Amino acid sequence: MLNQKDILATQDMIDKRHLDIRTITMGISLLDCCDPDLKTCCNKIYNKITRCAKDLVRIGEDIEKEFGIPIVNKRISVTPISIVASACEADSYVEIAKTLDAAAKTCGVNFIGGFSALVQKGCTTGDWKLIRSIPEAMAATERVCASVNVGSTKAGINMDAVAEMGRIVKKTAELTAENDGLGCAKVVVFANAVEDNPFMAGAFHGVGEPECVLNVGVSGPGVVYHALQSVKGQPFDVVAETIKKTAFQITRMGQLVGQEASRRLGVPFGIVDLSLAPTPAVGDSVARILEEMGLEVTGTHGTTAALAMLNDAVKKGGVMASNHVGGLSGAFIPVSEDEGMIAAAESGTLCLDKLEAMTCVCSVGLDMIAVPGDTSAATISAIIADEAAIGMVNSKTTAVRIIPAPGKTVGGRVEMGGLLGSAPVMPVHDKSSENFIARGGRIPAPLQSLKN
Amino acid sequence: MKAIVTVVGKDRVGIIAGVCTALAEFNVNVLDISQTVMQGYFTMMMAAEVSQCNVPLAELVTRMDEIGRDMGLSIRVQREDIFEAMHRI
Repeated sequence: MLNQKDILATQDMIDKRHLDIRTITMGISLLDCCDPDLKTCCNKIYNKITRCAKDLVRIGEDIEKEFGIPIVNKRISVTPISIVASACEADSYVEIAKTLDAAAKTCGVNFIGGFSALVQKGCTTGDWKLIRSIPEAMAATERVCASVNVGSTKAGINMDAVAEMGRIVKKTAELTAENDGLGCAKVVVFANAVEDNPFMAGAFHGVGEPECVLNVGVSGPGVVYHALQSVKGQPFDVVAETIKKTAFQITRMGQLVGQEASRRLGVPFGIVDLSLAPTPAVGDSVARILEEMGLEVTGTHGTTAALAMLNDAVKKGGVMASNHVGGLSGAFIPVSEDEGMIAAAESGTLCLDKLEAMTCVCSVGLDMIAVPGDTSAATISAIIADEAAIGMVNSKTTAVRIIPAPGKTVGGRVEMGGLLGSAPVMPVHDKSSENFIARGGRIPAPLQSLKN
Repeated sequence: MKAIVTVVGKDRVGIIAGVCTALAEFNVNVLDISQTVMQGYFTMMMAAEVSQCNVPLAELVTRMDEIGRDMGLSIRVQREDIFEAMHRI
């Protein structure tokens, strides 16, 4: 029999350290839903999603009960809609977004991702239509998430798309102004987007993926934080080892739940995304882990090094615990969704520039950041370009999810509610990037040797 | 399929009897029991065979939780795999 200590340790992690499965996400290919008629296309999409995912939530809830571990989100990702819809004779894809929203509601999932376009090297007609549908689609739907991949290490950065996305983000904020620009929390601009990401808002089901697949995202900043409290003052070798062991345990649980869910749903198991995904709850913060390592406040000097070590140790521990690892895999640093990050930003220690540096060594990028409502589209585009450049040069995924909060200024606060949390409005540089963004064109792909 | 049943609560007469009777009614076979009483608090862990259980496992979890509440205890039923996965390579 298992020993009591192990059983109690697991129960303690679940009860007191916020250990949970953050998401089980079903990826569904919609490539067979293409149709010249928009209405027919929408019907095919609705039918396919509701057929494939009809048992997702019920089975997820059964597994939660049987294992006694919360599965916080059940979600769906689909083939990028710009590809599915490109055959449609329509000027706008908002109707498709509404269809996705309706399908998500029928299935009982809280988010559906894949209102997406991959335009790293250039935009097709369908890509432009999708991108330009984003503001209205985000305002007209509740559960649909949009993403646009504007750059990659192999293709460089599509600066025309970057320029357009600055305007799109602004317009999305304006159309959802009564909710503090909530629409922007559902729009991600990527470089090197991955095809099997289970996390929202950036999830989509890549064209290299099978017909239907189940991906799992684990979480557990609280567990890591707690484990580090037992190695106070010890050298980093010990810290790294402690994080690895904890990440191993967390990931094994993700693997177990993923396999069980995929068996019961009758769909192949895709990947476990080895992530530390925080929530606004006290005790579930990535920032507090960095502070436990010895930083007074996250954002001060040393933060990037601390985060680099944390991110690497999480991967090293997790990789042995799962037979397939993928997705974004790393520590997330969304400002509004992390109680410690919110506190650090409010104290003024954590600024946008430091966050940008942190994104060089961790999972994704500038995530859930509120900036003043009067920030120009060009400045937002420039922030996106900076982040895409980091991803492109370092061969990693980077993303920007930024909220130019309508009517808000520095010192204000946006309330997103639920897991999206709340974010203090952070200052941006006031000098113009207008002429830089106005150039357009494409930044060439970087050299992959002579690395310095 | 095996499950771990964890029972925690203030010690009193008849806890083991009550929990075992409830499990027997669901046709769950108790394989192993270990228990301690620390400072008046009763902690028991049981390994149980649930393959022949006469209700679905998710329902057993809910029903045992309710029975626990009636008895003033916390009764938790979880599949054994989760502990195996986390603590054994």
